[in-house]
Amino acid sequence: MIRLEARQSVPGWLRLASAAGAGLAALALVAIPIAAAGVDVLEAYALMAKGAFGSVFAASETLTRATPLILTGLAAAVAFRAKLWNIGAEGQLYAGALAAVAVGSGAISAPPAVMVPMVLAAGALAGALLMLGPALLKLRFGADEVVTTLLLNFVVLLFVQMMLEGPMKDPMGLGWPQSMPVTDEASLPKLMARTRLHAGLVIGLVLAVAVAVLLRRTVWGFEIRAVGENEAAARYAGIPVTATMVRVALISGGLAGLAGVGEVAGLKGYLTSDLSPGFGYAGIVVAMLAGLSPLGVIAAALFIAGVFVGADSMSRATGVSNYLADLVVAMSLLCVLVGGFLTRFRIRLKRGR
Amino acid sequence: MPASGPGCVAPRIVFRATFVFENDTMTTSAPVLVLEGITKRFGPLLANDEIDLALAPGEVVALLGENGAGKTTLMNILFGHYTADEGRVRVAAKGAGLRDLEPGSPHAALAAGIGMVHQHFTLAENLTGLENIVLGTEPVLRVFGGRRVAREKAERLMRDSGLHVDLDVRVSALTVGERQRVEILKALYRNVRVLVLDEPTAVLTPQEAEGLFAVLRRLAAQGLAVVFISHKLGEVLAVSNRIVVLRGGRNVGELETVAADRRAIAELMVGREVPRSRRAPLSPGAPVLELEAVDVAGADARRSLHQADLAVRAREIVGVAGVSGNGQAALAALIAGLTAPDAGEMRLNGRALDRHDPRDFVHAGVARVPEDRHHDGVVGAMTIAENVAIEDIRAPGFQRWGLLDFAAIRARAEAAIRDYDVRCPGPDAPARLLSGGNIQKLILARVLERDPRLILANQPTRGLDVGAQAEVHRRLLAARERGAGIVLISEDLDELFTLSDRIVVIHAGRLREAGRPEALDRGTVGLMMAGHGREDAA
Repeated sequence: MIRLEARQSVPGWLRLASAAGAGLAALALVAIPIAAAGVDVLEAYALMAKGAFGSVFAASETLTRATPLILTGLAAAVAFRAKLWNIGAEGQLYAGALAAVAVGSGAISAPPAVMVPMVLAAGALAGALLMLGPALLKLRFGADEVVTTLLLNFVVLLFVQMMLEGPMKDPMGLGWPQSMPVTDEASLPKLMARTRLHAGLVIGLVLAVAVAVLLRRTVWGFEIRAVGENEAAARYAGIPVTATMVRVALISGGLAGLAGVGEVAGLKGYLTSDLSPGFGYAGIVVAMLAGLSPLGVIAAALFIAGVFVGADSMSRATGVSNYLADLVVAMSLLCVLVGGFLTRFRIRLKRGR
Repeated sequence: MPASGPGCVAPRIVFRATFVFENDTMTTSAPVLVLEGITKRFGPLLANDEIDLALAPGEVVALLGENGAGKTTLMNILFGHYTADEGRVRVAAKGAGLRDLEPGSPHAALAAGIGMVHQHFTLAENLTGLENIVLGTEPVLRVFGGRRVAREKAERLMRDSGLHVDLDVRVSALTVGERQRVEILKALYRNVRVLVLDEPTAVLTPQEAEGLFAVLRRLAAQGLAVVFISHKLGEVLAVSNRIVVLRGGRNVGELETVAADRRAIAELMVGREVPRSRRAPLSPGAPVLELEAVDVAGADARRSLHQADLAVRAREIVGVAGVSGNGQAALAALIAGLTAPDAGEMRLNGRALDRHDPRDFVHAGVARVPEDRHHDGVVGAMTIAENVAIEDIRAPGFQRWGLLDFAAIRARAEAAIRDYDVRCPGPDAPARLLSGGNIQKLILARVLERDPRLILANQPTRGLDVGAQAEVHRRLLAARERGAGIVLISEDLDELFTLSDRIVVIHAGRLREAGRPEALDRGTVGLMMAGHGREDAA
């Protein structure tokens, strides 16, 4: 018989082991369909690892892929810390991208030292404002933010499509629904020649450290943690719960908006309605894998990005569909949830009965 | 909770004319349950150390001990929530003699006739009393016919035991006392031979507790063995036949209640002399809190105040007596700064307030001790140091430019731990590891260190053991001597009579002056609590 006993406290090493274990367990589970497809599992994973990290170019692709995931992962992590369930990072990403294109595709012209910060600010602001609505609805009327933020994703995507078919359509785009390109002055600088790596990665890494400092070492972070862990006690102790929630919503939405800026102003150069293959949703997995730790988000984003990039390359070599990457991501989330359960409880195996 | 979840109960209904134990064991005094050498460790902590206990049918055994003495652990082993590291639990077998109870199985414990009523109830709030009572005993496929038989049995149990509840009302609409009756009926419905009650009076008013004792005596007379877990001496003396004292996980004494001496038991329990609380005569100073004709319209009558007048002066403890749910929550929320009066005037230190906000109240010198210390008092996942600092986290001493000063926060916590004797692994341990008494010490350290002018102490010793209670009383009296005015809301009349300079009674949202405790008797206060005026009561 299996019995579960609650642990008094979960040591740090166990959290780490649980996250790593969840990733490995997800890979192990996905080995089943790979084997069913008639491919050598070890070879497939070796091809995946090689495709993700096997060369400078491969690693640069993985880092490029990780850039938006770091930002959406941070957006989810900071919101979830306050028990604000922001499922709308996908929409906030598009809002940020739309704002970046609106500001950065020639409407204003200024030198890069002005344009780049302006594009970043516009994107962050758009994402933040998009998250403000659901937060205020939750605080004022108790509207469930899971529902409102999730549904807003579709509203935003349709709005983006409308803009791309209408006012913001590129007249030089040969009829494709895409925006005018971001000007050179407004584009994020490239980090390395002959790769797609851009300054968005640096922004993501700096913000990961900044969010870690925010949560750990500042009054705001203290208040966010207190509200998230026990709202009643925080309110009783005089912590401004509403202001804290609004603050978290703005930070979270702003981070997701920046992910969108990076994708248009750093990578693609123009906005299309398929800019994001679900970076906003994958950010939730990243945050959960990271145990909501901002620095952990970096590692988790690299893992998820590596899976995506590696799966593409494996798929080309073996013919196994690259949808396997989505499978790994989904399994990772499930394994993290199981892992979280297993770290909170101690398993005792018993004989008899 | 697994104790009464549907999966734990054998899906069968046994109908007998009366309790099953009457036939089996009433005639003999052979034990119905024996615990032998029970030992349980949690890591380095020895929660139970070689405990022996035998229970005979028809006796009420009080398991007395401070928080952390191992009472609840022992009962959880008995009921199969935990498995003992050493020792065994034996129950009366069908024919004669004893058999081992399968360890670690609530299912086996229930099947052997052991029922437990937990401190925190395990009822489904959206079901009626009857549905809760039969929950888990009904076979899945027979839903309709069984209900009438079940009702008859439940009603018979109510008649036999004296526990009366409206079986058709949803549990969410029942009072705490009624819910407890449903819990006990639920156990009786399963034909228990041993009934374990974990701190049953912690949530009851004195009147409800009296009622419960009468029921327990009646059930014992019918042959049930009752284990009554408590740390309140008075009620243990009132209800039990035998007292078993636990301290530090060991059985340190066992005595017949008739031969027991209150003070001797207290010392056995605490392991040292219990300091008596003494209130020095002081002359009160200027008013620190004034309510004039204050109305608070709460969500329901339990959370409302009507035309409340109250004046609390410096160096004065005003005790608020009342049956729970008569507006204490509204009064406490008002003084804590969580709600504003809807009508009337409220003054702190002689000044009317512009804002009713906990932070402003803290700054105005109000120390607030919440009723539910786990829910409102601490953020369990945050460290002890963070919880000590939480009310002042924006004060210049703890932050600069929005960055936390960890050295200062830690130093304050270390002082608090030392001065208030908070038993903990250290300032960086999460607060949820603390026992109830230590959480209360932490909260006192947080709010009293600022030399408050007004203290709200809402049920400050509820659920605390004798030692921790004495400590809380000492702290409140010391704060009074330093010049604080104190509002003490309590359901413990002993506490109110010991500490208060004046007692007011709250009933149906109205406050009425009862007078000085020296000039009052409990009967008068009790009648006022039931809604009678001072004049008819006296």
